[in-house]
Amino acid sequence: MTVGAPRDAPLLELRGVRVRRGGRTILDVPSLDVWPRGVLAVVGRNGAGKSTLLQVMALLLTPDAGDIRFAGERVTVGRNPVGVRRRMAVVFQEPLLFDTSVFENVASGLRLRGVSRPEARERVQRWLTQLGVGHLANRQARTLSGGEARRTSLARALVLEPQLLLLDEPFAALDYFTRQELLAELPSLLEAASSTAVLVTHDPTEALRLATCAVALRDGQIVAEGQTDEVLLAAGLSPR
Amino acid sequence: MDLLASALLTAFRLLLSGDAETWRVALLSLRVSLTATAISLLVGVPLGTWLALSRFPGRGALLALVNTGMGMPPVVAGLVITIFLWRSGPLGGLQLLYTPTAIVIAQIALSLPIVAGLSVAAIQQLDPRLRLQILALGATRLQYLWLMVRETRLPLLAAVMAGFGAVISEVGAAMMVGGNIQGETRVLTTATVLESSKGNFDVALALGIILLALVYAVNLALTWVQQRGRPP
Repeated sequence: MTVGAPRDAPLLELRGVRVRRGGRTILDVPSLDVWPRGVLAVVGRNGAGKSTLLQVMALLLTPDAGDIRFAGERVTVGRNPVGVRRRMAVVFQEPLLFDTSVFENVASGLRLRGVSRPEARERVQRWLTQLGVGHLANRQARTLSGGEARRTSLARALVLEPQLLLLDEPFAALDYFTRQELLAELPSLLEAASSTAVLVTHDPTEALRLATCAVALRDGQIVAEGQTDEVLLAAGLSPR
Repeated sequence: MDLLASALLTAFRLLLSGDAETWRVALLSLRVSLTATAISLLVGVPLGTWLALSRFPGRGALLALVNTGMGMPPVVAGLVITIFLWRSGPLGGLQLLYTPTAIVIAQIALSLPIVAGLSVAAIQQLDPRLRLQILALGATRLQYLWLMVRETRLPLLAAVMAGFGAVISEVGAAMMVGGNIQGETRVLTTATVLESSKGNFDVALALGIILLALVYAVNLALTWVQQRGRPP
């Protein structure tokens, strides 16, 4: 299955990926490619296997079978593939911020990569400003509102300027207005970070607004793929 | 009330007059207990982290052993260490019995399970998704462990306080392996027992007050580290 505009080579390739839990298969993806640039939406109802697929893509979950390639390089997930993982970033459903300042949260991935302090400071400030939370740099993360925390977690991922950004229903817990603001900002943020994105969502309007192509999952299997509107229609997920 | 007032006066007199024996006993108490707590921290936190995050056959039994150790009676720890350090015991050649080092060893046996057991609970109460987030940020195995420990620093400091409180206040093990030798292994708790048995209740109570003041001072410092920067 090929998703996205076929330019160059796929950024991420999944082949014959299967994940089993409690004696049953919860994800079965014979073939899926993510091509550079653009946003691929992974849509489906609750329990369809979207988050499991995202964790496999993020190399956080070792599949029971199958091959994963990132930029043509075969990845062995069980061996903590730090080198490949550092070319990705993940934003989960919850902000999952560390118990420290906003600045330190956003700098955390850069610190793990050994980026120099002056460069880290410059990048963190730039991305905090870009996300509209530059004035919160010294605030403790636990004192942030939901929207501020979400912006901080996005800044923490985007500051890494990852080749692949994986978003697991990042706007699900936000109020309507904050959600609309972030949905409007996300394309330009991805452009600034030069990142390809995979957006997991159960909200068809989000998928239509952000993604040019999509895959739909049901019971852990891909049931439709292609242009977002067509996929939503085929999978019976079109917004009314 | 007269006894209490007299004890307070005696405590101040003993400290302010620079009574050499009192200061020596107080400083030895502090030295052995802080050393035992520091070693328990250095060993117990990694041990607790490992137990919390790894899966292997016998893990449950090991965890139960650590949890049992949290309630270890000091006299039992003292007895076992005494047997090991006894002249004809397995470690008799080291000639450590009735030395401050022996007290440190016994106190480690008491505080290590407390620090390790509470570390297990601290690490396990972290949101499992935070563990994924740390890995997703590109952490190596060591960086992952460090960030996990950093995120649990509040309960870990509570574990340190519990460990320190257990060892500085215990008397059975210090008495058995230290021998309560004046000028060498006498600590505040063993000195308190001795003075009490001699009927010198004011001195005994004064030593108790000094002990409480020391515990309070150390916990005040640890609490400051734990709570700094946190809103009320």
